[in-house]
Amino acid sequence: MTRATPAARVGVRKTSKLFIGGAFPRSESGRTFVVNDHEGGFLANAALASRKDARDAVVAARAAFPGWAGRTAYNRGQVVYRIAELLEARRDQFEGELRASEGVSAATARQYVDAAIDRLVWYAGWSDKIAQVVGGANAVAGPFFNHSAPEPTGVVAIVAPRGPLLGLVSVLAPVIATGNTAVVLASEAHPLTAITLAEVMATSDLPGGVVNILTGRAAEVGPWLAAHMDVNGIDLTGVEDPSLARDLEIAAADNLKRVRRPRAEDLLAPPALDRMTDFLEIKTVWHPMGS
Amino acid sequence: MEPFPYAPAPESPAIVDIRPSYGLFVGGEFVDGRGTSFKTVNPATEEVLAEIAEASPADVDRAVQAARTAYDAVWSRMPGSERAKYLFRIARIIAERSRELAVLESIDNGKPIRESRDVDVPIAAAHFFYYAGWADKLEHSGFGSTPLGVAAQVIPWNFPLLMLAWKIAPALACGNTVVLKPAETTPLTALLFAEICQQADLPPGVVNILTGAGSTGQAMVTHPGIDKVAFTGSTEVGKAIARAVAGTDKRVTLELGGKAANIVFDDAPIDQAVEGIVDGIFFNQGHVCCAGSRLLVQESVYDDVLERLKRRMSTLRLGDPLDKNTDVGAINSSEQLLRIRALAEVGDAEGADRWSAPCDLPTSGFWFPPTLFTGVTQAHRIAREEIFGPVLSVLTFRTPAEAVEKANNTPYGLSAGVWSDKGSRILWMADRLKAGVVWSNTFNKFDPTSPFGGYKESGYGREGGRHGLEGYLR
Repeated sequence: MTRATPAARVGVRKTSKLFIGGAFPRSESGRTFVVNDHEGGFLANAALASRKDARDAVVAARAAFPGWAGRTAYNRGQVVYRIAELLEARRDQFEGELRASEGVSAATARQYVDAAIDRLVWYAGWSDKIAQVVGGANAVAGPFFNHSAPEPTGVVAIVAPRGPLLGLVSVLAPVIATGNTAVVLASEAHPLTAITLAEVMATSDLPGGVVNILTGRAAEVGPWLAAHMDVNGIDLTGVEDPSLARDLEIAAADNLKRVRRPRAEDLLAPPALDRMTDFLEIKTVWHPMGS
Repeated sequence: MEPFPYAPAPESPAIVDIRPSYGLFVGGEFVDGRGTSFKTVNPATEEVLAEIAEASPADVDRAVQAARTAYDAVWSRMPGSERAKYLFRIARIIAERSRELAVLESIDNGKPIRESRDVDVPIAAAHFFYYAGWADKLEHSGFGSTPLGVAAQVIPWNFPLLMLAWKIAPALACGNTVVLKPAETTPLTALLFAEICQQADLPPGVVNILTGAGSTGQAMVTHPGIDKVAFTGSTEVGKAIARAVAGTDKRVTLELGGKAANIVFDDAPIDQAVEGIVDGIFFNQGHVCCAGSRLLVQESVYDDVLERLKRRMSTLRLGDPLDKNTDVGAINSSEQLLRIRALAEVGDAEGADRWSAPCDLPTSGFWFPPTLFTGVTQAHRIAREEIFGPVLSVLTFRTPAEAVEKANNTPYGLSAGVWSDKGSRILWMADRLKAGVVWSNTFNKFDPTSPFGGYKESGYGREGGRHGLEGYLR
């Protein structure tokens, strides 16, 4: 680092923290880890989340769940759309971060930010349509009104993939648009942009606790989330070590979490519905008909 | 006035032809097993019905290979419209042989002939008819139209033929081939179904039936040659399966236990609700994963509901499963009877009050009278654990919010019932109950078009309806 000359202004750096329950706490463990740029230079000390932080995040997500799931789908769509609006407004910052952390070109950074914003808009529009597409009336052989509709699974833990912005948005947006609340472990390699995105979400009318973001190690925090009995689903997309993924899936069986296994996917390609339906439950209601 | 007495009205068992011993159904024919064997008994009489092969790991391997060969060479290549015709044939043959199937089911399982005849067999036929119609329409399903491959399917003893239909019909419609294991205590209708597959000229290896116990099921689930596991049974085994397939590409659907709340509000039509309570917990001797085993009654009508419920329970006829007037049949096995007795004794020990309908239990066979416990709290084991027998735990509530709180206070989430005359309240309750099926002003209704499956530890995936295709397509 170059020493500042006496006349030059010294920049004010941002402390990277966690995002839990709508607030930005440090890790209760007091630990951090060094995040470097693509050339190996120092970028920041990120909070190194602990088991306690993971549990706090689950508590926040559980507390937020009834309110978020209970909102109208229209309202949830508006909030997710609001995240896109604010992301658009701060796109220069995100493009700069992507270039610094990943070393991508200006054009590539722009492409990824565009795609992340557009993906939020896409999922925002799904919030009040998914029930019509995956639910419906069932023509039972009897005098009954019978229909099936999706409901959010509950608290979903997500191990986010690489791709500090588009990767995170691609796994998070479908989970919250449908009414779940989330505990996200940001990509270990690129955690800082996740926290910047948290700043966007914190000012997007998203209720505190709907999204909670941890930075740290998948191998350390993942097992606590996978085994947590108040987590209903887990998305392992960002787990790069197959034996860790298997261990997390085994731990998830303790309360039969819905598990999305890691698999190769092109984040820039248009998504299918499965990222939403993986964390939805179909409820079928019967009622007799009669005059 | 004295009511007229019932005369015995037994269905004749002469229509079924039970062989002294059965092999395995692999590659379209019955073959000898390479393992040991076990006996299946009539739970109403303890009479040994037949000697059944216990499939060994080598038998599992042979069946998976037969299924793979049939998948690669025939079934996955056949146009859906042609696959459909085989399923339609099977549906028709089940209907044609319905009396035989119903009698055999009641003999092997212990369930009343009224239920096997009016519920199990017709709905099994309907499942094949329903999914037959999907086979050439999969591109409209929303789940793709490519089958997964070979499915390992393990089913329970409470609805042997019906669970077989729930598993095999959608799997075949989607172009998969199957290796299915019926429960150890109820193999006979699955073996008769194998014969139906032969009558339908189903290509060899598309359906393979392996009999056996837990170790056979384990060998199927862990076999590297299968692409899909479909299991109905206990939550404990479901979790073991989820662990066993971790880190593989095998897809899984699990239909597991339940501890459903059946909630009666003070504005409910009480006589109808009482019928629903009885149907909810005493249908099939309570051997139902979605049984309404926790009755939640609003305090203001508690005395009235309990009085009418006891009166109705006193009229239930327990006895010969083949008698057409029987309401409550035999407990499926001595093991299950011991488990029911043990949990009921825990209910006594924990301070709940037991009441059983007055009825004479036959001297041989496995029997448990329709029973309810009052004074039950949420902490009691009989309010938390699945008894899987004709035992009802009664709790009370004051407000709708309290009813929701108590109903959802369980790791299970398979079904729930709501009884009220107020539409807005029913919809409010249905919205908040964490259960895959909510029966309002009815209970224990099943239909091939209606998705069935649980929240939370009652499992994942749905069977029935369009949603039932998802577990068999990519």
